[in-house]
Amino acid sequence: MIGGGMVAHRLVEALRDRDPEGRWSVDLYCEEPHPPYDRVALTSYFSGRSPADLVMGEVDLAADPLVSVHLGTAVTGIDTAARTIEVAGEEVGYDALVLATGSSAFVPPVTGSDLPGAFVYRTIEDVQTLEAWVEKVAAAGATVRGVVVGGGLLGLEAAGALHGLGVQTKVVEFADRLMPLQVDEGGGAALRRIVEGMGVEVLTATASAALHAGDSGAVAAMEFGDGTVVDTDVVVFATGVRPRDELARSSGLVIGERGGVVVDDSCVTVADDVYAIGEVACIQGRTWGLVGPGYTMAEVVVDRLLGGEATFPGADMSTKLKLLGVDVASFGDAFAEAPGSLEVVYADPVAGVYKKLVMSDDAKTLLGGVLVGDASAYASLRPMLGAELGSDPNAWLLPEGTGAPVTGDLPDAANVCSCNNVTAGTIRSSVCEGGCTDLAGVKACTKAGTSCGSCLPLVKKLMTAELEKSGITVSNALCEHFEFSRAQLFDIISVTGMRTFSEIISSHGTGRGCDICRPVVASILSSLGTGHVMDADLARLQDTNDHVMANLQKDGTYSVVPRVPAGEITPEGLIAIGQVAQDFGLYTKITGGQRIDLFGARIEQLPPIWKRLVEAGFESGHAYGKSLRTVKSCVGSTWCRYGVQDSVGLAVELELRYRGLRSPHKIKLGVSGCARECAEARGKDVGVIATDNGWNLYVGGNGGFTPRHAQLFAEDLDTPALVRTIDRFLMYYVRTADRLQRTAPWVEAHEGGMDAIREVVMEDSLGICASLDAAMDAHVDSYRDEWAATLADPDKLSQFVSFINAPEAGDPDLAYVEERGQRRPATAAEKVGTVGSTLIAGAKLEVRA
Amino acid sequence: MNAVAERKSEWVSVCTKGQLIPERGVAVLVRDQQVALFRVTGTDVETGLPADFVYAVGHRDPFADANVIARGIVGSVGRDGQQRDTVASPMYKHVFDLATGECYTDPSARLPVYRTWIAGGVVYVHPVPVSTALVP
Repeated sequence: MIGGGMVAHRLVEALRDRDPEGRWSVDLYCEEPHPPYDRVALTSYFSGRSPADLVMGEVDLAADPLVSVHLGTAVTGIDTAARTIEVAGEEVGYDALVLATGSSAFVPPVTGSDLPGAFVYRTIEDVQTLEAWVEKVAAAGATVRGVVVGGGLLGLEAAGALHGLGVQTKVVEFADRLMPLQVDEGGGAALRRIVEGMGVEVLTATASAALHAGDSGAVAAMEFGDGTVVDTDVVVFATGVRPRDELARSSGLVIGERGGVVVDDSCVTVADDVYAIGEVACIQGRTWGLVGPGYTMAEVVVDRLLGGEATFPGADMSTKLKLLGVDVASFGDAFAEAPGSLEVVYADPVAGVYKKLVMSDDAKTLLGGVLVGDASAYASLRPMLGAELGSDPNAWLLPEGTGAPVTGDLPDAANVCSCNNVTAGTIRSSVCEGGCTDLAGVKACTKAGTSCGSCLPLVKKLMTAELEKSGITVSNALCEHFEFSRAQLFDIISVTGMRTFSEIISSHGTGRGCDICRPVVASILSSLGTGHVMDADLARLQDTNDHVMANLQKDGTYSVVPRVPAGEITPEGLIAIGQVAQDFGLYTKITGGQRIDLFGARIEQLPPIWKRLVEAGFESGHAYGKSLRTVKSCVGSTWCRYGVQDSVGLAVELELRYRGLRSPHKIKLGVSGCARECAEARGKDVGVIATDNGWNLYVGGNGGFTPRHAQLFAEDLDTPALVRTIDRFLMYYVRTADRLQRTAPWVEAHEGGMDAIREVVMEDSLGICASLDAAMDAHVDSYRDEWAATLADPDKLSQFVSFINAPEAGDPDLAYVEERGQRRPATAAEKVGTVGSTLIAGAKLEVRA
Repeated sequence: MNAVAERKSEWVSVCTKGQLIPERGVAVLVRDQQVALFRVTGTDVETGLPADFVYAVGHRDPFADANVIARGIVGSVGRDGQQRDTVASPMYKHVFDLATGECYTDPSARLPVYRTWIAGGVVYVHPVPVSTALVP
């Protein structure tokens, strides 16, 4: 065995491991005076690791009786015919010979490259002399200036080392970007910004011309190709490596065009029983400067030595490393060289992040990628090379938390709760170390989800995964009062026919219930078609939004959203809404669901506002409910030059059909009149896109905290078939989903996923379609506008007061200021008068004393 | 005016018991203070007898600086083997003990608690909040 690097070490270790009978004994000849060490970690020498810390392996090879390690011993000749090598003037015989001589640093032919103060970066000795030199210059008092020639992997390592020694460092790269072999232009640019941000100067597209000596005879200045000269005290060449093939050359072995000992796929050279592995081997026409392929070759040779048939499977340039504290990863076809390949790029120059995925021409299969600044996805992506990603590639690139598809695999550093800045790691450790076993505990312990709450499903998922990991059975109990999940409770209520909360909690729960289980029971009872939201037994179960049929805002007032089916509204309707807003002094804003939100209504104003709206032909928009919100539509074939179907007509039909349907979470629909998808239907729970032949149905999309694109569910349906399919999908979701689980996670959590749901809905695999159809028909038949019903009931109207003992009074603490022509709630500072804005009153609001 | 009459006059009548829907709060003005009333029916945990009781706590949610507590959802929380009556604020779902005003989700704030007195179907609220030192 000639050579004592990392690859040689791996070979000996693997051989001893796989050859317990001791068929082979090994003599290891190392030119360096150290046993094999971890060259990849060379720079860590500067962070305080001594050469001894870098020594490879837990097993002491030298202690193995079948391994003899000859340190500081160079092999000077090979006689392949006589099967001998020449060591220190003596001939030593071999049965098999392995060349693992590695490579040496390549120094370009630059004048003065042999001056004192010019270094390479390859061995422990290189690093030690470099360090000593820098210390010597620094001792003279001045700031040490340094130039690293080469902006590749090794160059940045060296620059990091110099920077760490306090040297004012420049990196000079001949190519137009840093790390030209690993990253593309965008990645190089991102890397450059980060490196420069650390105070390391970067010069790209710059050739080195000469090193000039100063009075002392050491390096004092460096001249570039364009004639500019910079002063410098130290120069490090990190311009690549050349295979150490001189021994092989002189022994008559075949050498590759660009160096390296030519071997076949079994790592055998032209001479029998002579192998070459690692950086010195030229395999499949090229040499490999990475340790990974070298290790593979070592394993191949071990297998061959023991009579096996292993061949080198090829390798790729995949690497992930931390250079100057920056994560850089490159894998697979990083430069999109495959014909027809597509690049998906996410770049955030401010955050210093650049990510690119190379996908096959159908955008499904992952071919390669480049990650700079945030390489956390590397671990998940690298194993998926050549496989279908299974989801929108963008989801893998977006910052964690906005679209990460595999929440269980979120890195510990990922910010889960952006309101309170809580990471996935904090949540995990609250479970595994903090002993939290339920969501309430995790919330109290970490503060995650205690502000806006949008991250709670994710927090719960992380917690559940962590609990399962520690072998704890995760309860699917709704809350402390019910040991059942929402779906189980739905079955219990629908089978037993119980219709009051008191009955349900006394027979199946404990205590008085809470703000979690009460609205769930209310929603289930509503889904089963029982009564008005304000009827006595239901009323006490409802969240205030459902109870007063409006949306609570931060100051305790409400907003009102009349239904505008499909966003289609007459001029008279617009005028009526505008008139109401003006008369009651309401702030108005167009919503994302193509309707109009009226803000700032006090509870006692809701009935008079709705009286006017109902008279103008409007009905409740259920913006307050866990129920159908809107069916968004584009203008469709009615007006649009490109529309192929009447999307507005269908959207109106769907919105009127599903209005008022209570569900585990809000439901949004969208209908687009052609493939241009102007209604953004694929961002909805149910999205319909017109085709020449009918409608394509997509399900499971949503916006919000974890955006998802809806997935294709069925193609080219006619309108009746489409409506029936949506009926069943929604009703199946209403019956079986968990509390506050939107359709996308429901589909994901459903056993068998989308395919299984398709079988239930389209092929009636559970035999429940008749029941689903009947339930939806019952819903459609029993729909009544909640607001019209409320206005007709004096008992219900009497509940709309701010103070029961002062029915005419509004909340005296409300205060408003004008902004952009409308009123908004005053801030705390504005209320006490410490900020300049003038408090105003709405049209019918008492002026604050 | 004697001492007894003076004390009696401090109680403020706010509504009739019939105006209160069990387990659904209402807000009342008690001498410029906004107070949330909750009528709770069920079984008294100590005596096991049927109970019909009116709690009074501050209407202002200390975490939201908005007057909304009366619009919260009534429930109970198991503590030390007892079910404590609670209300969850509609704003950020903080859960408060109706008897003590203590916040179970964030102990940094609490609600003032008022005494109630029901006579002849009329609900009275004492305008001076119970000192937190006296609350168990």
